[in-house]
Amino acid sequence: MNENPLILEMRGITKEFPGVKALDDVTLTVARDSIHSICGENGAGKSTLMKVLSGVYPYGTYDGKILFDDKEAKFKNIKESEQAGIAIIHQELTMIPELSITENIFMGNEITRNGLIDWNEERKRTVDLLDKVGLSLNPDTLIKHLGVGQQQLVEIAKALSKNVKLLILDEPTSALNEDDSANLLNLMRGLKKNGITCIMISHKLNEIAAISDAVTVIRDGHTVDSYEVVAGAVDENKIIRSMVGRSIDNRYPEHESNPGEVIFEVSDWCVEDPEVEGRMVCKNSSFYVRAGEIVGFAGLMGAGRTELMRSIFGKNYGIYRGGKIRIKGKEVTLNSVEAAIKNGIAYVPEDRKNLGLNLLDTIRKTVVSADLKKITSRGLLDSDMELSEAEEYCKTLRVKCANVDVGVNTLSGGNQQKVVLSKWLFTEPDVLILDEPTRGIDVGAKYEIYKIIHELAAQGKAVIMVSSELPELLGVVDRIYTIFEGSITGELMASEADQESLMKRMTVTSG
Amino acid sequence: MQRIKQILGADLRQYTMVLALAALIIVFNIISDGRMLTSSNFQNLLSGNAYVLVLALGMLMVIVIGQIDLSVGSVAGFAGMVMAKAAHDLNMPWYVAVLVALVIGALAGAWNGFFLAKLGIPGFITTLGSMMMFRGAVIWISRSISVPAPDELRFFGAGYLPEWGPAFTGMNNSTLLLGLIGIIVFIVFEMKKYRQSASLSGDRAPLWTVIVRIAIISAVIGYFTWLFGSGRVGTSFPIPGVILLILVILYHIITQKTMFGRHVYAVGGNKSAAALSGVNVSKTYFLTMMNMSMLSAVAGILFVGRSTAAGPADGTSWEMDAIASVFIGGAAVSGGVGTILATMVGGMVMAVLNNGLMLMGVGADKTQVIKGLVLLLAVTFDVYNKRSGRGSAKSK
Repeated sequence: MNENPLILEMRGITKEFPGVKALDDVTLTVARDSIHSICGENGAGKSTLMKVLSGVYPYGTYDGKILFDDKEAKFKNIKESEQAGIAIIHQELTMIPELSITENIFMGNEITRNGLIDWNEERKRTVDLLDKVGLSLNPDTLIKHLGVGQQQLVEIAKALSKNVKLLILDEPTSALNEDDSANLLNLMRGLKKNGITCIMISHKLNEIAAISDAVTVIRDGHTVDSYEVVAGAVDENKIIRSMVGRSIDNRYPEHESNPGEVIFEVSDWCVEDPEVEGRMVCKNSSFYVRAGEIVGFAGLMGAGRTELMRSIFGKNYGIYRGGKIRIKGKEVTLNSVEAAIKNGIAYVPEDRKNLGLNLLDTIRKTVVSADLKKITSRGLLDSDMELSEAEEYCKTLRVKCANVDVGVNTLSGGNQQKVVLSKWLFTEPDVLILDEPTRGIDVGAKYEIYKIIHELAAQGKAVIMVSSELPELLGVVDRIYTIFEGSITGELMASEADQESLMKRMTVTSG
Repeated sequence: MQRIKQILGADLRQYTMVLALAALIIVFNIISDGRMLTSSNFQNLLSGNAYVLVLALGMLMVIVIGQIDLSVGSVAGFAGMVMAKAAHDLNMPWYVAVLVALVIGALAGAWNGFFLAKLGIPGFITTLGSMMMFRGAVIWISRSISVPAPDELRFFGAGYLPEWGPAFTGMNNSTLLLGLIGIIVFIVFEMKKYRQSASLSGDRAPLWTVIVRIAIISAVIGYFTWLFGSGRVGTSFPIPGVILLILVILYHIITQKTMFGRHVYAVGGNKSAAALSGVNVSKTYFLTMMNMSMLSAVAGILFVGRSTAAGPADGTSWEMDAIASVFIGGAAVSGGVGTILATMVGGMVMAVLNNGLMLMGVGADKTQVIKGLVLLLAVTFDVYNKRSGRGSAKSK
């Protein structure tokens, strides 16, 4: 009965946050009964667009027009978009592990009779829904007893229970192993046949190529490309070009490196996911870093960059399954963070507020906190030494603060990051691992951080920089490893690399 | 007002509590026609509350790491009972019995620490279990009968410093000496802090504020020296007070000036960040719990010494007084915040309330109601002053 071939039209969508235009005149049109893929780098605006669509950002907080199912959509909240038939499956699963499949599927939409939950009816429907997504499980099974792949299918079943017409999947396979991923893609094909349109956000070009009917590429809040494709015959290079097609202006300080001996070497490093049994987050990773060299690790979110670094740093993450570390040619076993620090490794975590700092502390306490022995004499902390060290590091790294007795929670992101850097430089490391060192700080502060990184390399330290911003890596580091799904997929000199060649290795195309 | 703040110098929160304590003492003194501020009353107040304050020292560290220890009263009771049994039934010398009590404390702490640190059982559950176990054990080994304690222990629980030297001072000379040392130490530290503040970029407190501060504190110490020293002949600053004083200084240093102390605050403030900074979180948990139970044993010894016998109900609900002291002293339930000195002020507020209400003839029932209200008000005040709620977690 519906003649309109489009189920969704989003036209001229503009969404501004204080100071940032996250979406600028974005257009997205999705055909009925199709699988539509959306690609783009981290932070390109994909998730924001989906939040606009699903009513997380209510009507009126953005500009533009949304036509869904021939009606103009003015969703005030998620509930309204769900009623209209839009469901979104988030990257992080949102079910309650201690409750059963039935309870989770009908959470918030319980079927009641005379004010009491009608369990029989709920169970019966759950079995039907599970059947639709290809699961044959007891509906009373607790979610925590399911694998990640099964949980994802239950999420989809939950969406189906709400008579969904448009299903949005945000990086649905990022946490799945290969079998589960293939299974999910098959399910999506099946849903399409049953009249459910899917929008898939993904970094995995091979998956996009396998099932998409149309692709839209978003970059820096703009729609840069949108075209129909034939599933199985997608030009992946074309997608990559439109994902990264941005020039590097001189946002990066000049530097000249002269790397010395190899001082840090990791070989065949293997780590298993502590939560998903059998899923390897690092697969035989091997790499080396020279003294005075800055080495970049490029990978999209979830590729296993942080996991690799944290497991190297005293096995702070995951279950160690093998591999060796050599520092200055000598093999070392690092079973604790303490041992890693003692052996001259420092790790600046990506999550500054939750992992990098104790926000209750003052600057002076933070600076010395990773190596208290250095300021201890005869068993007591020497507060004079603490003060002078803290002041010295604040001066060297140009931390803007009234004095070192102010709390770190009063500082700006850039200055907090400098304090975290001070804390690690205070341990006098040979190898400095920086995980997303410029996340969430403004352009000016980024430039200063880059300069500090260069100064450290000039002092002969081996610097590892993990980043998901390719221009940043290309502008700052000497050599780049690409990483995808836990494997190191490439090694390029920064001078020879460009965003396209990196992105190709970060997404692993099927070609 | 600005001037007053300058004199107080450090955190307002802590001084508000000190001022509240001073106000309490003065008000009670007026209402009770001067019976509050007498030598014997304060001697009793101190030796009668020393054990709770000793518990509060350990509890502060437990709460700073973000845990709670409910077993302290039972452990104190158990350690005290074993000590009395060892001395009375097994004829062990008193010092061996004391040692046995301390070992019991250490073992109880290792038990709590093992479940918390190694097995990851929340402290609340672990110590709730220990609380029941040790309470049961006290009653079990004592068969619900009090056991007399060795006489030597009376010295620790209710003894006084010796009399010596000339009589013209008009007071106990040991107490006088203690007071003078206190004043001198305070002056030395203030001057050191003043000199150090010069090297801090920016704010240096004017010299006059330091002098005024020294004058006020010296006067207070002087007054209490006189109060404790000028009692009935043979009395002085009580021995439990001396033990408490030594422990307060020791734990102030441990929490503020040692690596272990820093680790305690680091783990309480942000466990993940501490772990990523090379702090052994599990070891910190273990040692903190072990330390708490050892202090519980000390508290048990002091109490038995004072009451000359170990009873099966000793230690009942002491944990609540200790926890209340810590929170009135401005520690945060979420951990990471709180100091030894502020906790002692909190404990003294509770002690003075108890004592003052008793002097006024208020019954135990109403006292309980008032103490509960005070705890609630103090913490509410704290929550609404979050910014200054850091206590005085700054080192000298």
